Amino acid sequence: MSGILVVLEHRGGAYNRMSWEALAAGQQIASASGQPLSAAIVGNDLEALSGELASKKLDKGYRVEHALLKDYTADGYVLALEQLVKKLEPEFVVLPHTYQVRDFAPRLAARFGQVLLADLIGLRKDGDNFVFVRQLFQGKLNADYRHPGSRPCFLSVQAGAFRAESLEAGSASVESFAPQLDASSIRSKPDAPFREAAQTVDLGSAPIIVSVGRGIKEQDNLPMVEELAQALGGEIAASRPICDNGWLPMERQVGSSGQTVSPKLYLAIGISGAIQHLVGMKGSKTVVAINKDENAPIFEVADYGIVGDLFDIVPALTEAVKKAKGA
Amino acid sequence: MKIIVAIKQVPVRDSNLRIDASGHWIDEDDLSYEINEPDAYALEEALQLKEKHGGEVVALLAGPERGSQTIREALAKGADRAIHIECDDLASLDTLGIANRLAAAIKDEKADLILTGLQSDDLGLGQTGVVLAELLGIPHATIIMQVEAASGSIKVKRELEDGWFQHVEMPLPALLTIQSGISKLRYATLMGIKKAKTKEVRRVSAGDLPQAAAATVTIERVYLPEKKKETQLIDGSPKEAAAKLVEKLKFEVRVI
Ligand SMILES: Cc1cc2nc3c(=O)[nH]c(=O)nc-3n(C[C@H](O)[C@H](O)[C@H](O)COP(=O)(O)OP(=O)(O)OC[C@H]3O[C@@H](n4cnc5c(N)ncnc54)[C@H](O)[C@@H]3O)c2cc1C
Ligand SMILES: Nc1ncnc2c1ncn2[C@@H]1O[C@H](COP(=O)(O)O)[C@@H](O)[C@H]1O
Repeated sequence: MSGILVVLEHRGGAYNRMSWEALAAGQQIASASGQPLSAAIVGNDLEALSGELASKKLDKGYRVEHALLKDYTADGYVLALEQLVKKLEPEFVVLPHTYQVRDFAPRLAARFGQVLLADLIGLRKDGDNFVFVRQLFQGKLNADYRHPGSRPCFLSVQAGAFRAESLEAGSASVESFAPQLDASSIRSKPDAPFREAAQTVDLGSAPIIVSVGRGIKEQDNLPMVEELAQALGGEIAASRPICDNGWLPMERQVGSSGQTVSPKLYLAIGISGAIQHLVGMKGSKTVVAINKDENAPIFEVADYGIVGDLFDIVPALTEAVKKAKGA
Repeated sequence: MKIIVAIKQVPVRDSNLRIDASGHWIDEDDLSYEINEPDAYALEEALQLKEKHGGEVVALLAGPERGSQTIREALAKGADRAIHIECDDLASLDTLGIANRLAAAIKDEKADLILTGLQSDDLGLGQTGVVLAELLGIPHATIIMQVEAASGSIKVKRELEDGWFQHVEMPLPALLTIQSGISKLRYATLMGIKKAKTKEVRRVSAGDLPQAAAATVTIERVYLPEKKKETQLIDGSPKEAAAKLVEKLKFEVRVI
């Protein structure tokens, strides 16, 4: 067994950006271990996607094509990739940690008696082996993992952990791989993806966002934060639990399953900073965090921080903003 | 419809986590525990499905003795009975090891539907449910926000990224991993708490289950993440800190 196989994701005729991050992780393992790198895309009729893949530094590209792979299903992807992995016998299989990968990769790994080392934020060579870094407790702790034994080793990488910009260009041949599939082995029937009714607030274009998390404790405390948002002339937004509880509408949720925002100012109040939240607001120009826990992961992306009790700080801040504005 | 819900016990949110002497895991001595958040939603969904279609809800937990508290709460909310796989060695298992135990303990139950949370708050692997489906040889779907059951099949709403969703239909038996926020959680009633005491908890000793292969991945070290970003921390009393921050917002960030 040798080599690294990266599985890329695409939708609607375009690659998912995280695919290139996974490929960057693959290139890193390839150069550290001196092993060949290949990459695969899965679907039906992938000719159009081949060109971009061929322009990357890799030893070989594969189009895993079958009419039954036109729409994503876990069964279809597991069966098709199981056959490709058996043919190539790679030492590492690297995937982007997308929702789709979460859906099929653990099952694929289990077919080989392996578990997926999921959502990696880093890796490094150590002796003959690798150390893989992932987060525990929603980003509060890190852990070094080892995968000492049998192969292949299945890895998925967290959004933003590897730089797509660092990808090396090259030229590779991309060949077709036709897996054997039959319709009866695909048990689920997917409909076309859809969005809920049109959004009435566009957080994406708001210059100032005041975002509130579970630190607020109760719905009755929300007006305190709304007042601050009003004083700043900003939109109010929230982490997922606030919207799950129905305290604010879903359309105000920031994160991987909500909105992606990039305001001039993002003020995070009582938000811990789990990765699924961070991916939605990391692009903000300035991030301010108010949190009582000095080790909260939100401080990892904050330009300014106040460590303390939001119930003391928020009202004081509203006052100070009003004063500065002469209101 | 017979529904099994896998519930995991995790340290309460906002616990003060300390790394243990070995550096391999956290110090568990002074921690309090609660049900993993998405698992509470999985249980709620199971109870609602039972209310609509009849049947039975069975809670399933692998973990040490303290897990019985979480099991009792699930029974108080309305689960009909529970299976407790008693083991103290969770930290030394990988997903295959845990899923193997869960699968072995329920394989004779012939459930129509198995629900798990989409991810645990401590390990955050997001795969125990999917691997369990593989071991049981049944179809699965992840990150589920809605379940409609018909006879012999279900239609579910999957959450995709960026506010997209998708409906998927599949035959039963099947396994679903449930996302937080799928519905509103109920509280246990006094009546429920009383009844829970009389409900059956089947205790399974991990030693009596077939042993899985040794873990393929191991945790070598647990540590606080190094700070990479220079955050300007603003100190002082709330009033002083607020005034200083407003200065920055005015003259450096220029949003006031
Ligand atoms: C597939 C998937 C998709 C997800 N999508 C999203 C998403 O789109 N958006 C999202 O936000 N999350 C999402 N999540 C959930 C995410 O993982 C976290 O659970 C969530 O972001 C946590 O929200 P929080 O920070 O508000 O709550 P918590 O993690 O509970 O944090 C609360 C914070 O408040 C602080 N605090 C408490 N009291 C006070 C006080 N008095 N003063 C100051 N600070 C205080 C605490 O120190 C803590 O840091 C997703 C999860 C999964 C698995
Ligand atoms: N020890 C356990 N006992 C019962 N259920 C578990 C256990 N570990 C994981 N699960 C289930 O698997 C889901 C995903 O966990 P994880 O793969 O660790 O993220 C959880 O939300 C639980 O529903």
